This record gives sequence, structure tokens and C-alpha cells, in this order.
Amino acid sequence: MAKSKQLANKQKIDGYQIEDGFSQLEGKKKIEMLKKMYQIRYFEEQTEQFIIRGMIHGTCHLYTGQEASAVGAVYAIGGDDYITSTHRGHGHCISKGADLKRMMAELLGKKTGYCKGKGGSMHIADIESGNLGANGIVGGGLGIATGAGLTCKMKYANEKMVLCFFGDGAANQGIFHESVNMASIWGLPVIYFCENNIYGMSTPTDDAFNIDKISDRKLAYGIEGLTIDGNDVAQVYNTVAHFAQACRKGKGPVLIEAQTYRWKGHSKSDAQVYRSKKEVKEWMQKDPIKRYAQKLVKEDVMGEAEVSQLEEEVGNTIAEAVDFAKESAFPSPSEVEDDVYFVKQ
Amino acid sequence: MRKITYLEALREAMQQMMREDEDVFLLGEDIAEYGGAFGVTVGMLEEFGKERIRNTPISEAAIVGVGIGSAVTGMRPIAEIMFSDFLTIAMDQIANQAAKIRYQFGGKAKVPLVVRTPGGGGTGAASQHSQSLEGLVAHIPGLKVVMPSCPYDAKGLLISAVYDGNPVIFIEHKLLYKNKKYVQDVPEKAYKVPIGKADIKRKGKDITLVASSFMVQRSLSVAEMLYEEQGTDIEVVDLRTLRPLDISLILESVKKTGRLLCVEEAPIFGGFMGEVAAQVTEKAFDWLDAPPHRVAGRNCPVPYSLVLEQEMIPSEERIKKGVEDILTAV
Repeated sequence: MAKSKQLANKQKIDGYQIEDGFSQLEGKKKIEMLKKMYQIRYFEEQTEQFIIRGMIHGTCHLYTGQEASAVGAVYAIGGDDYITSTHRGHGHCISKGADLKRMMAELLGKKTGYCKGKGGSMHIADIESGNLGANGIVGGGLGIATGAGLTCKMKYANEKMVLCFFGDGAANQGIFHESVNMASIWGLPVIYFCENNIYGMSTPTDDAFNIDKISDRKLAYGIEGLTIDGNDVAQVYNTVAHFAQACRKGKGPVLIEAQTYRWKGHSKSDAQVYRSKKEVKEWMQKDPIKRYAQKLVKEDVMGEAEVSQLEEEVGNTIAEAVDFAKESAFPSPSEVEDDVYFVKQ
Repeated sequence: MRKITYLEALREAMQQMMREDEDVFLLGEDIAEYGGAFGVTVGMLEEFGKERIRNTPISEAAIVGVGIGSAVTGMRPIAEIMFSDFLTIAMDQIANQAAKIRYQFGGKAKVPLVVRTPGGGGTGAASQHSQSLEGLVAHIPGLKVVMPSCPYDAKGLLISAVYDGNPVIFIEHKLLYKNKKYVQDVPEKAYKVPIGKADIKRKGKDITLVASSFMVQRSLSVAEMLYEEQGTDIEVVDLRTLRPLDISLILESVKKTGRLLCVEEAPIFGGFMGEVAAQVTEKAFDWLDAPPHRVAGRNCPVPYSLVLEQEMIPSEERIKKGVEDILTAV
């Protein structure tokens, strides 16, 4: 009896038997994950408005449509674990618990922002909470994540681990090869989490890879790896939780490819001539948030009314963040050369 | 005290730090059994084991990247890049990651990473194993650049670099490593030589000669020779640190001598000494009795053939000629 129950609790995902830990989560946790997904969605919708109104000094890469990947993956690791993020990093950052006010302030270049206005969208980091930063260089986080993994092994005996987000584009950078190989030979606790959103800027993965699955590259490094539905938050959660446990036992690293899609253009200047409206529409119909909300309603975790209430709540939080950001002061020009170097007090 | 070589001084610094501090570790190519391409880490595997004397695959970008990631999360890595020419293979990590992390995150991260690497020519290793790329890295805000010229400074500066809290590119010189001519009394206990402080290696009153690394040694022998031959008294200022630059010591010296001669191994065009000359011109123009002069590498890659290599890199004769020129300049 016990055995069959255990079997029922496992799902086969791309050849791996993965424990369905998600279904064991408390309802509260499941709702919190939905809330995070809405936070990301509305944060990005607000950011888009800022872009349209010319309030973003530089550029932004919106995460809209990929929410299940960030939330599912980050919720499957511990609060003390590390993440590295990408140029499309708002979702990772929010999932890791970043303060929306300070994020919004950073986008507007304000002194109260996470980086005091020195980093902007592509460089939001919060080292204390384990967020080792977004990165403006495609693949820029891979080496850093691997190094953080080495700290986890040498200093924390794998009790801590690293979740390294990168995109399909980064999988063709040299640092991907060097990092994953190094993590493999040293057995580092790093989950290399590739968000395949089908385009590296305008170039489709079909033009950039001659393999069916990016996770097939696991063979080159002698590690585990699989491809999952990145728009299914429960599947993402279960897969990352499964391999996070393996990492803590010293069985890392792993290569996970999460298939997803970005709804918006690459950055603010993208006319999207490389893809059809029909294609975008088809993916929007597979909205990871709607899908998850429906699942929670169907499973009686929450009612339709509660979903609407949650959306409204998140909307208010975003409005507060916007007010905070707008009201915050710009940095003083005299601060321009501060923070270049660490100076001993 | 005992006399030891530059290489021995570097190794002793690392050994002492590693005995005291578990967070200090080394990573790099062939640094374990082999002891590093130039033998700096010979014997360290036996004492510290392969977890802390971490041999890597030939992956310069990941060596530096892993160094950065481990530094940001609390370790004190010392990465060895086998030849300074290979810094270019890791340049994204150095220029876009290590140098930028603190600033772009609003001063909330620390990157206590040291990248040790041998630079310079004179070994017949030709264009891809002989470059002097200090100017390239010194140009990037966020990096510190250190170039010791002698065993005493090598030990003290390396200990300072590891505990500086910033990414430090620590450029050693192949011709200094084992040369018995440059052995020096070095204290056995650990000590620090401050980063950002230049040093007067020879006091003099006629000319201020600014150099770093091996060019300090070459300049010192020219200075002694000229003093004996013709009584020209050259003050040799060893930069020790290129960034941050100790311009005040240089200005002080120039205000005394009225003449500035910069000697560097790198090609003269766009070289680091152009910065020194510019700052001295801006800040001490009225004290100068002659325009600042530069003796530097020729504007070509480092060639292979001995006769060509000797022509490319400043020789004693060229430094002497530089001294003559600046003394006869109006």
C-alpha cells in the first residue's frame, strides 16, 4: 500500500521519476506562488508603461510570459541558497524576494533603488538575500554561479546550493561550456537552469542549435539533465526540488531546460519582425498564470473570487512601488565615482 | 633574515595566508603536481591538498569567473593565469564582471579576488606569451593593478592584495622569478606592503625615472652605471601599484629633479606611462625643466628572434639614451 502511494506521488518527466512535492505543499504556499507570478506580470506591465512613456532611461527586457519558470524554480530552493540571473531578470529577482519598491526605483534611476541608480534593470542584485545579480552579458552569470557553487562545496559542505538562470542564447557562449564542465569535474551543487524562450534576441533556437533539446548537452559533461515545461509552475518546482536535493547530497550539477516563451519583444526597441502575431497569440493562450490559477481553483485551494482579490492586492502593491519610485530622489551627481572600490573603514 | 627569490617570496606569502585562513585557496592551470608553469606553487599541493590547490581545465574564462563567484560569496581565491596574454581569454570576466560588480550593484558587493599572472618578454616566447598588458587592465575602473619589482614587495603586496577586498590583477615578471641577481632579504613573518603606494628604489637629484616590475631592475642598473660613469644622479621611482596610482610621490620627486623619464616594457602607443606623463604635465608643469620623456616598447608585437626581441623591449642602452635625451632637452 505504502509503495503504491509512493509511486502515485512520482511523475515521469523526460525520463526521470520526479517526486510530486508540489502537491504536498500547504495551500498558503501555493497561493503565495501565484501571488509572486502576478507580481512579476504586473511589475512588467508597469515597466512597459514606463517604457512607452519614455520614463526608462535605458532599456528593459521584460519577463512577461515566463513567470512559472522563475517562481517554480526559486520556490524549490532554500532562502539561503544563491541565484544568478540574466538581462531578463526582473522575474528571478521578484521570486527571490526582492522589494518591489526598490526595484522600481532602480528602473527609474533613483537613489533608493537596489543599486542606488547605478545599475538599472540589467544589474539588480541583493547579495544578502542570495541574489548574486542580474547580468547584462549573455552568459555572464554562469561563471559566477559556478564559483558560488564552489563556495557552497568548500565552505558549507553542499548545505547551500546555487540556481543559475540563463537563456537559450547563453547556452552557445564559451563560458557555458567552461563552467558546466568545471562544475561537473568538481561535483558542484549548481542547477544550470536554461530558460529556452525560443529566441536569442531575434534568432530562433532552430537557427542556433543543431540538437533537439538543449538539455542533450548533459552528455558532453557527464551530468544529469532534462527538458521540462517551463510554463507549468508545479513541474518546474518538482524538478528543481528533486535536483536541489541531489545537489545537497553532492550529486550536482544538473542541466535543466525549461521551455517557455517571452510575450514581449527582446527589449524596448524590438519591432518583432522575426515572429508572427499568430505565434505570440498561441503562446499567450498557454498563459502560465491563468493555467496555474485555474489549477488552484480546480483543486479547491482557492476560489475564483480569491484569485480576483489576489490580483487586486498585487495591483495595489505595484501602485505603491510606483509611487515610491516616482517620489524618490535621483542620486546626486557628486556620487558618480562612489562605490567603484571597496574601501576599508 | 635570509635572502630569497621573487618566486620564493610569492610562494611563502601564499603558504602563510593559507595556513592562517581557510578561505584562501588557489585555482589555475597546472598549479598542483606541476607547480605552475613557472614553478611558483611547487610543493603546495603536498601541504594543502587538491581542494585548495585546485587544478583547473584549460578554461581561463571560467577560472576567473569561478574566482569571482567564490569571492562574492565569501572565499578569498587566488587565480593563476599562466601567461598574462591569456587574460584576454578571460576578459569578459575581468572587465565586465569582476570590475563592475561592486559599482553596478550600488556598492553592496565585495570581490576579494586576486588574479596572479606573469607578464613581460625577454624569454623568446614571442607574440602571444610575452605581452605587457598592464595598461589594458589599469584602464578599467574597479580593478586594482599591482606589479612588484622585487622579492620584498612581491610578498608584501600579494598579502595586501588578498585582503584588499577588491579584484586585483597581480602581474609578476618571468625574468624576476628565479634570477639570483635579484634575491633580497625578506622577513620570514607575514607582512603587508600597501597597495597604492609607490616606492623610491634609488634616491637621486637629477632625473625622476618612473618604472615598474622588471623595468625597475633594468633602470636601477642603468642608474648605478651612469652615476659611476658620469655622476648623473637618477631617482628611481617604482610604481608598485599602477592603479590606484601614487601620483603624489611622483610629483614630489619631479618637483625635486625637474625631469621625468618613464620606462615601460609595453608598446609606447597608448601605454600606461602616457597617463603618468600626462598627470605630471598637468600637475607639475611649472616644475619641469624638460618635456616628460618615455622609453618604452616598440609599436609591434613581441617578436621571436633574439635580435628583434631585444630591439622591441627597452634595453639598458635605450634607457641610457633616454637619460641623455632628457638631460640635453631644453
